This record gives sequence, structure tokens and C-alpha cells, in this order.
Amino acid sequence: MLELKQLAKSFGDHKAVQSVSFKLDKGEVLGFLGPNGAGKSTTMRMVAGVIEPDQGDVTIAGHSIVSARRHAQRQLGYLPEGAPLYVDMTPVEFLRFMTAAQCMPRSARKPAIERVIADSRIANVAHRRIGNLSKGYRRRVGLAGALLHDPDVLVLDEPTDGLDPIQKRAVRALIARMAPDKAILISTHTLEEVPAMCNRAIIIDRGRVVADGTPESLSRQYPGGLEETFITVAGSPEADVA
Amino acid sequence: MKHWALDTLTGIRASYGREVRAYFATPLAYVFIAIFLMLLGFFTWEASRFFDTGAADLSPFFYWHPWLYMIFLPALSMRLWADESAGGTAELLLSMPVSITGLAIGKLLAAWTVAAVTLVFTFPMWLTVNYLGDPDNAAILLTYFMSFVMAGAYLAIGAAVSALVNSQVLAYVIGVVVAFVLTAAGWPMVLGAVSGALGPGIGDIVAKFSFLTHFETAERGVLEFRAFLYFLGVIALWVALNVLWVSHRRSAAR
Repeated sequence: MLELKQLAKSFGDHKAVQSVSFKLDKGEVLGFLGPNGAGKSTTMRMVAGVIEPDQGDVTIAGHSIVSARRHAQRQLGYLPEGAPLYVDMTPVEFLRFMTAAQCMPRSARKPAIERVIADSRIANVAHRRIGNLSKGYRRRVGLAGALLHDPDVLVLDEPTDGLDPIQKRAVRALIARMAPDKAILISTHTLEEVPAMCNRAIIIDRGRVVADGTPESLSRQYPGGLEETFITVAGSPEADVA
Repeated sequence: MKHWALDTLTGIRASYGREVRAYFATPLAYVFIAIFLMLLGFFTWEASRFFDTGAADLSPFFYWHPWLYMIFLPALSMRLWADESAGGTAELLLSMPVSITGLAIGKLLAAWTVAAVTLVFTFPMWLTVNYLGDPDNAAILLTYFMSFVMAGAYLAIGAAVSALVNSQVLAYVIGVVVAFVLTAAGWPMVLGAVSGALGPGIGDIVAKFSFLTHFETAERGVLEFRAFLYFLGVIALWVALNVLWVSHRRSAAR
């Protein structure tokens, strides 16, 4: 459903992503891990079509993000880092805008909004100004926006960042409910979440994939579990280990 | 082609609704309309000595439109894209299949709607000249129309500049500078200086690109189709630049 082929991106002299390749099938929830500045967000932004790769390609449900960007984006739900939203709107207004921006057929818009409001459990704040909502609710509104068009592939950049344990659990439960029908790519800083949320993990460091496996197999690589594996394979001296 | 048109229309609808709401849901549109009307009233009544002209027409009123547009309309358009960059929502927009051309046109139309509402609220001026005398209302209507079209040109410039820079303040300042150059190029003082320094030929060329020159005929109540096309051309050019600068973020962004 999602395939990254030799993806590379540089900003000036800095090679942010260097030849990243992997495939993600339906039912897979991939934890995308790495120290700050490892290239996680840049990779996700290339997958979402926000920035163009210097080299390589991404195919989403068979469509290339380079040569058929809009077709690819129609199959993709993306939650950017920090879940940016229009703070002057209410969640319902925001979701209405998103259905239009996702080019959804008019007849499908209202049922889709009702579905994601229920799934994301934001009904009680649906008519309040987003600017007045807590971080947890905002994250869920962003997630609802990514789910509106029921995409095959979900790319979620730190979906649980800054949430309290109850909110984290709710987001994890939502992801678990969707997982069987979708390919999901999640970046997170919280390693403890990975076994609970993901059935596969990739560690990236200085723009390269340095480990790929199930959370269990990665945990077994070094005594001390996943955290030790993370620090060992991605703990370069200049890396700011999260 | 059909798909392109449909996609563009979808983008226009999506962003127009969002932006009009954003203008009127915050004090921005109301403050803009109030201050603009106050200043336009002041310049018309006081600076142009409206009652001393002895003529029942609105030329002392329309005279100030380009100058006030130059200062005020960039304030309306500065947020259109700079706000998306600052709030991170630009990233959300670029990840969606919506047409950037549609979004750009929708945003422009939303700001243009605020300008149109402002123009509508100048109706007391029209009532006043009709009360005082017997003006040529067809000519007044035509001048209003051209003023509205010219407002679109100022807004298209401001919107495109807003897509180029990430800060609203910068977008405003650059927007005013570009608008000033295009407005003042037709000012007799500037034209005289240019013609004197570089020759009358160059002066004529500069005048050809000026908003003032093209609005002047309309101020006299004459519909010059060339002037109408000029403003439409300016709008199309700056919308194209707007789309180009937003799309460029995909390849240049960090």
C-alpha cells in the first residue's frame, strides 16, 4: 500500500534523508523512530507530498507521489507534526473545510464528518472554537481531519505528543481499531508506546534506516530492550537522543 | 481540461468559504471597513473640499481610491498565505489533493468580497451627490465598478507577496511598496521627473503600467476597455505568481 523507493532529500549541504526504502502493507502499523533531526519528519513530509524528494519516489496505493501526486494524496491521511489547525474555526467547520480540500464528493461529506467526530470522540467540543480547545482535543481534531476520506494509508507525525495518559490511550485505541484495514506510519518519541501501538518498527539515524523489525525482535537485539537498541543503533555522538 | 476546471472550482469553494469566515469571524474585516470609510470620508470632505467644488459628482471621492487602496488593501491580503505558514496549516494544505490555483483564487475572492462590502458602505456619498444635484449615475456606477476591479489588482499583488514571505508584517510592507510603485508611476510629479530624466518616451511607458493612469479615465466616467483588461491582466499575472510561489514551497521548503 505504501512504498518508499530510494528516497533522498538535501537542504543545502545537509543530507536530511539518504536513500530510504521500505514497504508497508495493509494491517501494518509502523513505528518510525529516530533521534531529533534524524530525518523522520522530512521523510513523512515527502510521503505526504508536502515537499518533493531530490531522488526516489513514494507510491501510495499504486500512485506515485512524484508523477501522480494528487491521485496519491487522495489515498493518504496526514497529521503533520504539532497537528496544525485553523484556530478561529470550530471542529465541525474545520472538518467541513477539509472535506472540500480533500475533493470529496458532496454527498459523502456529511456522513464522513459525523463518522470521524464519533470515532475521534470530539462530539462534545464539535461546536467550540478550536483555539479554546486543549492540546489533546486539538490532536484528535487533526486526526479526525486525516481520517475523513477513509484513506488507505495514514501518516501520523507524533500523534500522541503532549497528550496525557488517558488521551494517549484513546488515540492508541483509535489507531488499533483502524489498523486492520490500513497501512499506518507513525513517528513517536515515546519508545514505550511502540510495542503497544505498532507491529513493526524502523529506526532512522542521520537520514538512513539503521534497524527494521518487529518491536519484539528489536527489543531482543540488545539487553535492555528497545531503548537500548535505539541508543545503540541511533546514538551517534552528535545526535540529541530523545 | 474539464478535470482541471472542476478541481480549481473545488479549491475556490473550499478556500473562499474558509477565508470569508476568517475575515468576519474576527474583528479584522469590521476594523478594516470602519477605518477605511472614516479616512475616505475625511479625505473626500476635508482634503478635497467636496462642498467647495460646486459640482454634483464624486470625482473628489474616487480620486482617493488608489491611494487608500495602496495603504489599506495589503493589510487585508497580508494574512492570506503568511498566516498559513505561521500556523503550520500550509503543510496541511500542501498534503491535500486540492488545486493550489483554486485555493489562490478563493483567497483572493474572499479579500475582494471584504473590499466590495466596504465599497457598498460608501453609499452615503452617492446619496449626498444625488441630494445636492443631478449627477450622472451611470458614470458613477461605472467608476465604482472600475474601482472594484482595481481593488482586485491591489489584493492580487498583496496575496502573492503574502505567499512569498512567511511574515505578515513583511508581506504588508512589501505589498505597500509594490503597490506604491505601480500607483505612483502615474503620478504627474513622478511622471514629470521620469520624463525629464529619461525622456518622454520612457515617461509614456511608465504611465502605461500605472494604476493611476488606467483609473483616471474611469474617474471621468468613461469606460475604457483597455483599462479594464489591464487590471484583469495584473490580477491574472499576480495570481499566477501566487500559485508559482506556493507550489515552489514543495521543492524549496524546509
